[in-house]
Amino acid sequence: MTHSIQVKDLKLDFGSVSVLKNLNLDVAEGEFIVLLGPSGCGKSTLLNCLAGLLDITDGEIWIKNKNVTWAEPSDRGIGMVFQSYALYPQMTVRGNLSFGLKNAKVPKDEIDRRIARAAEILQIQPLLDRKPAALSGGQRQRVAIGRALVRDVDVFLFDEPLSNLDAKLRAELRVEIKRLHSRLNNTMIYVTHDQIEALTLADRIAIMRGGIIQQLAAPQEIYNRPVNLFVAGFIGSPAMNFIKGAVVDNGRSIKLGEAKLDLAGYDGGQPTDRPQAILGLRPEHLTIQDHAEPGHTIPAVVELDEPMGADSLVWLMVQGQQVSVRVPFEKRPTKGAQVHLKVDISKASIFDATTELRV
Amino acid sequence: MADLSNPRGTRPKSRFTLNNIVLYGILGLMSIYYLLPLYVMVMTSLKDMAEIRMGNIFAPPVEVTFHPWVKAWAEACTGLNCDGLSRGFWNSVMITVPSVIISIIVASVNGYALVNWKFKGSEVFFTILIFGSFIPYQIMLYPIVIILRELGIYGTLGGLIMVHTIFGMPILTLLFRNYFSSLPEELFKAARVDGAGFWGIYFQIMLPMSMPIFVVALILQITGIWNDFLFGVVFTKPEIYPMTVQLNNIVNSVQGVKEYNVNMAATMLTGLVPLIVYFVSGKLFVRGIAAGAVKG
Repeated sequence: MTHSIQVKDLKLDFGSVSVLKNLNLDVAEGEFIVLLGPSGCGKSTLLNCLAGLLDITDGEIWIKNKNVTWAEPSDRGIGMVFQSYALYPQMTVRGNLSFGLKNAKVPKDEIDRRIARAAEILQIQPLLDRKPAALSGGQRQRVAIGRALVRDVDVFLFDEPLSNLDAKLRAELRVEIKRLHSRLNNTMIYVTHDQIEALTLADRIAIMRGGIIQQLAAPQEIYNRPVNLFVAGFIGSPAMNFIKGAVVDNGRSIKLGEAKLDLAGYDGGQPTDRPQAILGLRPEHLTIQDHAEPGHTIPAVVELDEPMGADSLVWLMVQGQQVSVRVPFEKRPTKGAQVHLKVDISKASIFDATTELRV
Repeated sequence: MADLSNPRGTRPKSRFTLNNIVLYGILGLMSIYYLLPLYVMVMTSLKDMAEIRMGNIFAPPVEVTFHPWVKAWAEACTGLNCDGLSRGFWNSVMITVPSVIISIIVASVNGYALVNWKFKGSEVFFTILIFGSFIPYQIMLYPIVIILRELGIYGTLGGLIMVHTIFGMPILTLLFRNYFSSLPEELFKAARVDGAGFWGIYFQIMLPMSMPIFVVALILQITGIWNDFLFGVVFTKPEIYPMTVQLNNIVNSVQGVKEYNVNMAATMLTGLVPLIVYFVSGKLFVRGIAAGAVKG
């Protein structure tokens, strides 16, 4: 596997504030990596470091087996797409696309060839002689992508490119970016705080918090086996339920108040006993039924439900804690009913309450 | 059900409400307050001395004469020179034009660098620069005289131009810095990824987006430097006095008869340049001042 990007022990401080802490990241060629995290987690900062727009405090950045830690942004072989499009307002679309190439002294006919190709891929040929002010949001972002495209680079950096668009356009352009990736096969690093974008686009997702990558894995892996409580709570909508309990019986069962669940089939081996554990259950992995099945169900009381179209999100009280369950709209139970929640333990996650790590 | 989405019929007229009467009344009074002196000056400058001596300063001239204007421009005496304000006018042009151009160029590059190319200590540098605008000019007069003397440019146009350029720096740098920091930072980043350097970004990206603020700076500097009296009188000598100093010398000369009509004409001539600048660029000026709040 050839490396496209390698980040080694990257550190970045703003004064006394440490923004990125000993960050390591290996990206394979042609891989689509999404940096995902809440505001202020350092994801955009990391992207700016990769682009060379921020001087790092310590560490190394390699792109295409070349140490570019101190190289100029334009010499790193990257193209970048910004949230606010950042199109030069006084230039036409053609001027925007050719600006970088003129700076790099690319011959005129080569510039024309590359603009024609980018315009064809992004279907912006009719817009080439317009100014950015005369374009819609979606068209502007297409031109911004085109500006990265004409640079003929191996690595694309996207800094929340769809955040300024309305929901419908966002979904359209999301598919288009995915199509672009499968056509060009470039390495793409994509920053977002939208988990739908992350789950749909990424080959691998890097979940960040406080300047540290919490988990770097394929979307399904992150969804099914989150490494810690933070990742578990961050990914998934509606969010994962957490129920406090204790692992007992030499790791064979988990005790939730009065109820006990059998841990046979838990994805992650047999855990060891611990008095303080948290059981993580996704709303879509729970089912509501009338009868108890010892070892597989927990008793619950229906509180209220939130219809969401096809589904309904039902909120229940379990041992004094709130739990949500996703059920088909027509199967939602009546308010106040005493029911039993069937738990699919193979899809559950158990976390240690003190270390917050998955066991 | 009635359609309430659109108003129908004519909008009720309300020309003579109490609000309007008070509003236009105050506006009218204020206009008279400011226009009256101008009116007196124009009228007086068009009369001959005999008519002025009759005393009614508000009466329009019985016989319009432009001789005071000609005399103020070309014949009035200051000291040994009797070529009127024309000499001062050209001196002021030679002082104002280079001072304005140099100070705006330097300050715009300053502001651009302070926003987009922050260096170690750039904030301290900026603070010190701004602090400079709070020190009264009088304190700095004598030290500057010494500096200019040591540099060998005391009493020259070059010396005065340098002083004007330096004293324009704090406010202009602040102006440009604030404007440039209102432009989206991502534009600058995009240009860097596109391989543009310090000057490339300045000339090709920033300059074309900054015309409004350049107009504001132009107006501030032209009027400020044109109207300057203190630096002109301290740092130059009689042959190269700017127009304001020469005006003072004409108006305040103690010999002979006070020629009010010539004085009025001379004053208006001196004020003409800033006045024209305001009238020509008034709209641009307001747009520029407001531009800081506008997002692309």
